[in-house]
Amino acid sequence: MPSNEIIQGLGLDDYKFGFVTDSEPVFKTRPGLDADVVRQISARKDEPEWMLERRLKALRIYEAKPMPQWGGDLSELEETLSRTYFYSKPQEQMERSWDDVPENIKQTFERLGIPEAERKILAGVGAQYDSEMVYHSLKEEWESKGVIFDSIEDGLKNHPELFRKHFGTVIPAADNKFAALNSAVWSGGSFVYIPPGVHLETPLQAYFRVNQERLGQFERTLIIAGEGSRAHYIEGCTAPVYSTDSFHSGVIEIVVNRDARFRYTTIQNWSNNMYNLVTQRALVQQGAHMEWLDGNLGSKLTMKYPSCYLMGEGAHGEILSIAYAGDGQHQDTGGKVIHVAPRTTSSIVSKSISKGTGRSSYRGLCKVYDGATHARSNVECDALLINETSRTDTFPYIEIDEKSATVGHEATVSKVGDEQLFYLMSRGMDEAEAMALIVRGFIEPIAKELPLEYAVELNRLIELEMEGSVG
Amino acid sequence: MDDSPILAVTGLEAGVADGDLEILKGVDLAIRPGEIHAIMGPNGSGKSTLAKVIAGHPEYEATGGGVAFGGEDLLEMEPDERAQAGVFMAFQYPVEIPGVSIANFLRTALQSRLEDGEELDLFDFQELLMERMELLDMDLAFAQRPVNDGFSGGEKKRNEILQMAVLKPALAVMDETDSGLDIDALQVVARGVNALREENPEMSVLLITHYQRVLSHIVPDTVHVVVDGRIVESGGPEVALELEAQGYEEYRKAHAA
Repeated sequence: MPSNEIIQGLGLDDYKFGFVTDSEPVFKTRPGLDADVVRQISARKDEPEWMLERRLKALRIYEAKPMPQWGGDLSELEETLSRTYFYSKPQEQMERSWDDVPENIKQTFERLGIPEAERKILAGVGAQYDSEMVYHSLKEEWESKGVIFDSIEDGLKNHPELFRKHFGTVIPAADNKFAALNSAVWSGGSFVYIPPGVHLETPLQAYFRVNQERLGQFERTLIIAGEGSRAHYIEGCTAPVYSTDSFHSGVIEIVVNRDARFRYTTIQNWSNNMYNLVTQRALVQQGAHMEWLDGNLGSKLTMKYPSCYLMGEGAHGEILSIAYAGDGQHQDTGGKVIHVAPRTTSSIVSKSISKGTGRSSYRGLCKVYDGATHARSNVECDALLINETSRTDTFPYIEIDEKSATVGHEATVSKVGDEQLFYLMSRGMDEAEAMALIVRGFIEPIAKELPLEYAVELNRLIELEMEGSVG
Repeated sequence: MDDSPILAVTGLEAGVADGDLEILKGVDLAIRPGEIHAIMGPNGSGKSTLAKVIAGHPEYEATGGGVAFGGEDLLEMEPDERAQAGVFMAFQYPVEIPGVSIANFLRTALQSRLEDGEELDLFDFQELLMERMELLDMDLAFAQRPVNDGFSGGEKKRNEILQMAVLKPALAVMDETDSGLDIDALQVVARGVNALREENPEMSVLLITHYQRVLSHIVPDTVHVVVDGRIVESGGPEVALELEAQGYEEYRKAHAA
């Protein structure tokens, strides 16, 4: 096979980032999707029959469901999907060299202050990772406590009963078109199990794993937090992900059992050709506590609404989200809280920033079922517009079937004011520095919840973005 | 000592940037290092416009005359360049910056004064901030609050003085800093300015005010009375006292066009 075809197989269609590779041909399915492709994926993964059946059923659902007509503009997606490779053997086979990574990308990493080892992973260079030692000792600690932190494939292989009991129970294939698609072709992602009563101080970080296996286009993550357990899972990074795939559709399912506390943090910065359509949902049982901390940057269109289904009495769900829409980008994000049981409480805090021709939409649902007595929910969404051309919308859906419920909703839109800019400039900051400081202040209530290194990266990223915001 | 003015305003004419209305109609003013000049005048006389034109407020535009600062053409400079050159304006209405602590704000302001690639040392900054707050007799917890967000009028003005103390300007323009302050807050502001002057006798002050009372706390070398966009009288502190006794009406009559 000539080398340029190999490169196409990796999705690096137009040499956009100039990566070249000398690796041997890797397995990939042909572009587009049908039952044969799904069979091939399942066979490659050596899956049990039931999983293949699930995949095929999901494919039928996917094919039957129409494209969503709400949210962002998906009119070009059909075409994108027809030339998408739905599965290619992941990256241990595709050695890129750090020397091949373009200078401007290296500089971005440099300016973001990302440790070199991590930069290599972000650039898709499958290198040995400095923190492998750290990971190793953490892994021993986790294993001694009975914690499972595996790839989703290993989860299925090594823990078939636990896997089958929960897989697809939080987000069934029929939930929406893209959940169905993911259920048909999923590949990559994490499988996490925390035994009852186990408290983990150190967050479980996905990047410990993804150096061995690239974050998939159709990642699937299943997390089960046992009764009374406590843990924090972190995925992603504020540095740009130079994936050349133009479509990412993940499914994240979390079961938070009685009295457990679980936080899922994700910050992602996709390249701006990307459709990012993700379904993430947690089932929160009695007295349990779930927090989504969700940061969305980059991409062409992101549609993502982390959800908490508050199933048991006194369950609490919290969604904190930051969205940043730069030129030509649309962030359609928000959250959903579904109150099913009495005395459940929830809060959504959403902050969006639109710059240039960027557009951010808050889309949220608060539903309280009859019988969820004394449920309380509060939604706060704030939008900040940087330029005259920036746009924001708010779509709050509130459905209350319970008289004793208390629901609050507050939305604000602010513009970076001339008076604010002048005030900061009169203290010596140039316009970009002033703008960055205002934006950082705006997202501070959420940024302070981030692990320190992520908050620092996010701040630096905003500075870089604001440099281009002033004429 | 060099006796050339740090600020030289000559024949300055100015108005609102996208309006026809002329507010300043030829103002001349020279402030030498270490001098305190007070500008007094009735509402709408143009005294705040003068402060804003000096600081570079984008809504105001000089249409004639000039402003030199340390020999440089101030009107050619951006607001941040003016600040870095040593001009500081204490705002009449300080602006809220939610989510940004005063400490972080000041650190960014100091960082912006460094060369590219130079990093402000965090410990040096902490030390400076603590020392400045002690000088002004301020509670350290104040610096952790978000800039002007939910502040009382007095707190906002204290914040302006703290910024002035940290940024150590050559010229402090105080735009009606005393307005709306009770006597305790006024004294805090005055003590701050006086402490900074004691520390750096070269610091010049342009004090814009409506009332005489601040001038018994911050004693000016020269008092100018502005009516209808022009300085109509200049003199020592006694001018302010006369003004207090007579009101602005006399001046208005005398200078009615």
